[in-house]
Parts: sequence; structure tokens; C-alpha cells
Amino acid sequence: MVDTVGTAGAPALFGARNYPAALEWAARQAEAFVIPLAALIVGMALFSVFIALVGKSPVQLYETMWRGGFGSWFSIQNSLSRAAPLLLAALCVALPARLGLVVIGGEGAIVLGGVAAAAIGVAANGAPAFLVILLMGVAGVVAGGIWIGAVGALRHYRAVNETISSLLMAYIAIALMNHLVEGPLRDPASLNKPSTEPLADAYRIGNIPGMDVHWGLVVGILACVLSWLLIEKTRWGFAARIAGGNVRAAQVQGLAVGPLIVGFTGLAGGFAGLAGMLEVGAVQGSANASLAAGYGYTGILVAFLARHNPLAIIPVAFLLGGIGASGGLIQRRMDLPDATVLVLQGMLFVVILFSETFYGRFKVFNPDLWKRGS
Amino acid sequence: MDATEIGLWGVPLAILGGAIRVSTPFIFVSLGEAITERSGRINLGLEGTLVFGAMTAYAVAVMTGSPWLGLLAAAGAGLCFGLFHGWICKFRGVNDIAIGIALMLFGSGLAFFFGKPFIQPSAPDLPAIAFGGWSDIPQVQAALNVNILFLIGAALAVFLWWAFRNTRAGLIVRVVGDSSDAARAMGLNPNTVRLLATGVGGALAGIGGAYLSLYYPGSWTERISSGQGLMAVALVIFARWNPLGCFAAALLFGGAGALGPALQSVGVTQGYYLFYAAPYILTLIIMIATSSPNRSLAGAPGELSITK
Repeated sequence: MVDTVGTAGAPALFGARNYPAALEWAARQAEAFVIPLAALIVGMALFSVFIALVGKSPVQLYETMWRGGFGSWFSIQNSLSRAAPLLLAALCVALPARLGLVVIGGEGAIVLGGVAAAAIGVAANGAPAFLVILLMGVAGVVAGGIWIGAVGALRHYRAVNETISSLLMAYIAIALMNHLVEGPLRDPASLNKPSTEPLADAYRIGNIPGMDVHWGLVVGILACVLSWLLIEKTRWGFAARIAGGNVRAAQVQGLAVGPLIVGFTGLAGGFAGLAGMLEVGAVQGSANASLAAGYGYTGILVAFLARHNPLAIIPVAFLLGGIGASGGLIQRRMDLPDATVLVLQGMLFVVILFSETFYGRFKVFNPDLWKRGS
Repeated sequence: MDATEIGLWGVPLAILGGAIRVSTPFIFVSLGEAITERSGRINLGLEGTLVFGAMTAYAVAVMTGSPWLGLLAAAGAGLCFGLFHGWICKFRGVNDIAIGIALMLFGSGLAFFFGKPFIQPSAPDLPAIAFGGWSDIPQVQAALNVNILFLIGAALAVFLWWAFRNTRAGLIVRVVGDSSDAARAMGLNPNTVRLLATGVGGALAGIGGAYLSLYYPGSWTERISSGQGLMAVALVIFARWNPLGCFAAALLFGGAGALGPALQSVGVTQGYYLFYAAPYILTLIIMIATSSPNRSLAGAPGELSITK
């Protein structure tokens, strides 16, 4: 389980003394940048072959993708709006990954976070706006946190595999949402698409001034930066990295691995729940089946592509948000099915995982090999 | 007894019939996964294989008019997915669980991509055998209308149970699964054995997919599987990697899956979506009940990453 998670190369114990430390550091950093980038390019090249095989022009495809996702201020704003939930969904994968856990059920936390936020937003109707929005955020975080925190607790205290249990919990969460939205929480006025009662306009989350992008983007970026600080600069993050490397070693050191796992998975789920709350508060205006839009699954890809580094998640989420945003345009302009983006994502995912095998293989990136002449 | 007046007896009957109908894909996927996991690898991608198999079978059956060719094509497609998983996992640093997740998304994406034109047309069904001819009650007849794949799956479970113990191939798979080093010492190449075991597992999952689209529910939609491939993986752990256990567990899961529709058929519509979640909840409860942090699972292959 441990080796799914990218960690920096082992420190050089022998040799390589006559190179400046900064150069060694730069080489290792470059590896973590060049290999995923190369994998991204190879994945896109393979996808070009696929598109050519089904009789379409790869050049036109990438041109359309560029225009739909990044080519204009309008499309960039669209991509940023899609990146906002991806940032939080990716954190739901990346944080547990630092502990050596592969959690893939973020979709469930998003859905329940959204439902909880919508329920609070309707129940607290009449209260001051900032208070309601705050309560909605708390509801989303708590709902998502409990859902994924339970996955972590089951993993640690019952040794239940977290990958399978989190995905099962996602299916259960979606069923629970359908039950609530079509039953107890249903707005009788929503006929075609069962939804909760719409939020009052005062409780909707607005846009960042000067942009057509809601505040969720700022929340997401902030969450990524805070997560990075948590992992890299605090003792909890340090403990998590040790436990992620070797649980036994962490226990021997006296680290409370159980609370650590529950805390990290709970926080991860809280972020995903917040993504659901933002979708309700800023995009949908009520909780309905659109909450299960697949952000949780794209978030898995974002996290792996970013090698579970919260700061790297920010550009990767923008990239995949853009690819997702261009899906509609690709469908209309090129007469390709909407699943085209899914195929591209799947291919990228496979290539990215395959690229894991190249870490430490290239001499230029690996100071440990510089002096041995190997 | 009047056929329309079986009343609440319809519920257990519908669950029994549903268990037989719903369990078949579980049987094939879990037997395939049992072979793969016995060799020391885990393939979470069978969910994607199941969906892709369902699409392939349906598309080929529509185009050729033969459900059996569709079944064959689905098995072939599953074999390709399995072999790909088996091949890519032999590289150092490539994690089988993560590759499984990627193939789950990739297989579903490919199936939706190529399956778009086949949502409308209807394909010929795989044949079923009517064991309920002795009864006049339509519900009984419906419940005992057993598809031939269910019988093949049952036979396959018994055969695999026997083969793991008594054949050379079964022994080789088990040795590789328990210790790569021991296998190498015997002159076996663990990667080759795992490649083949994952390939066979994929082919069986493809057959499970063909059952979904060609018999029950019997049409190709993008929501055809919704996690059945994944539940089958969990089921293998619950069944302790024993093919007979897989068969029994698959029946249990099929029954849980049939609970919602069965209650709906007698007029219980309240909380329909919660009953729909029954198989997932059951899987989760079983996983919680059978896992323990203090002991490794009895019968677990030693090389399996999921139980380490």
C-alpha cells in the first residue's frame, strides 16, 4: 500500500558530497516536475492516436480543447469554476495518500456535504446571511468529514480496506441523497428534477469581484495551501508522513496512528463536503442529483497527477477543469460522444501511474547515482 | 391457489428469483477476481471490464444477431483488459490497486464512448431454461426461469474449487500468490503466472458484463453496473478466496440486490432508494465483520497487497 504514494527520494547517505546541496535539491525537484509532465504529453499523444483511429482529427481536437478550456477569458473563467470543486475533491485523495491510504470515495462526501448544507440553508431561513453561509459550510465539512473519517476509522480499528469501503460508502451516500431529495427534503415544486427547496438569494455564494468565478475557487486554493502547510510544516504532517512510510515505525516512535488516520481522513472528507456545499451554495442553489457530477472521480486523477502534493494540485485542477470544460464544445463541434473526456482522463491516469516506474531511474535526476559512475 | 393471490409470499419468491438473476454477474466477476487474487494481484479494474464487456457484448450481438458471438467478444475484450493490467503491474513502482482504479475509469469511459450508438437498438437475449414449468403460478415460473450462464457459473465455481486443490495449474497459481520467492525457487516466473491469472480474471468479468446487457437487465445503458464489479472484489475477500464461497456470497448479494424491486412489486414504495443501497450496505457490514486488525485473514494469499 505504501508505494502508491510518492515520497521524495531517499537522502544521499554516501557520495555526491562535491556537488552543491542546492543542485541536488534542484535535481530531485526537477524529477517530480519533468516525469509527470512527460507522462502528460505521452498520454495526450496516445489519445491523439485514439482519436485518429476513430476517424477524427487530433489537431482539431486539441485546438477545440484549447478554445473550450483556455483560449479566451470566458473559457478560462469556465475552467476555473470547474477547478474549484476539483481542488477540494483532490485533497480528499491527497491527504489520506500521505498516510499511505488510497481513498477514492470523495464523491460520497461531496454529495452528503451538499445535502447537509442545503438542509441547513433552508432550515435557517431568516437568519443573517453570513451566519447561514457559515453554518452551511460547517454542515458540509461535518457531513463529509464524518463520512470519510469513518472510512479511516474502519481502516485503522477494523482493518477494512479503505479503497473498497470508501467507494461503497460513495454509492450508499448517493442512495441516501436520492432518498432525502425525493422524500423528506423534497421541494414539492420541483417536478421534473427532484430537489431540496431552493436557497434564498441572500444565502447564495457570489462571484469573486471582477470575475465570473464564484468564491469557491479562493476557498479551494486556500485549502490547498493550508494542507501543504499542514503536511510540510507541522508536527502532525511530519507524523503523518512517517506513518505513511511505515506504520510500525510510527507506532514504535509512540505516534498515535489511530487519531492521526481518523483526523487526516476526516479533514479530507471535510474538504470534499465543502466542495458539495459550494456546489449547492454557488452553482445549483439546491441539492439534487447534479451533485454527483463526477468531481470526486476526476479529483482522484488530479491528486495522482499532482503526486499528492497539495500545491501541485492547484495547476493540475485548472488543467483538468479546462479539459472538462471543453467537453461540451468537443461534443458539438466534432460530433464526438461526451465520454471523450472520460477516455482522455482514463488514458492520462494509466500513463501517469505507469510513469511511477521511472522515478529514480534517470541519472540526471538522482544525485545518489552521480558519483558512483553507474 | 389463485395465481394472483400469493400476496406476501411473492416477496421471498421474488428475492429467490432475483438472487438467481442478479447473482450471475457477481459469480463470474468474483470467480475471475478469485483467480487473480490467488496469484497475488488485485484487479479493482474489473468494474470497468464489466461495463466494457456489457457494451461489447451488446454491440456485437446487435450487429451479428448472435448473443453467443457477443458473449465471446465480451470475454475477448475482458481478456485484453486483464492482460493489460497484468502486464503493466509487473513494472517496479506500479501499484496494482491504483492501476485498477485507473482502468475502472478508463474501461467505463471507453464503453460510454463506443456504446453511444447502441443505447437505442435491441439485441437478442441469451437463452434461459424454464425450470418452473411444473407450476401454474406465473411468479414461480418467473423465479425459476434460469439463464444458462448461471448454471455455467455454478459449474465453474465447483470446477475451480477442485482445480485449485488438485491440478498443477491451480497449485502454480497458489504458490505464486503465497510467495514470489518460493515460486522463483521452483523455476516459475511470477509475472507470467500473474499475467495469465489476471487475463483469465478479466475474461470472466467480461462474460459477467455480457450477462448484464444480454439477459438481465438486458439492455445497454451507461448505468448498467453501478459498482457490481467492485462489490464482487469485496465479495472475494469475504469468501476467503474460495470459489464455492464466492458462489454462495454471490447468491447472497443477488438476493440483497433483489430486495428493493421485490418489495416494490408488492407495493412497498417508501424508502425505495434505501433498499437500493442494500447490497452496498451488506458488503460494507460483511467487510467490517470479517476483517480484524489483530490477525491476517485466514486463507489470504501472502503476496496480496490488500491484506498486507
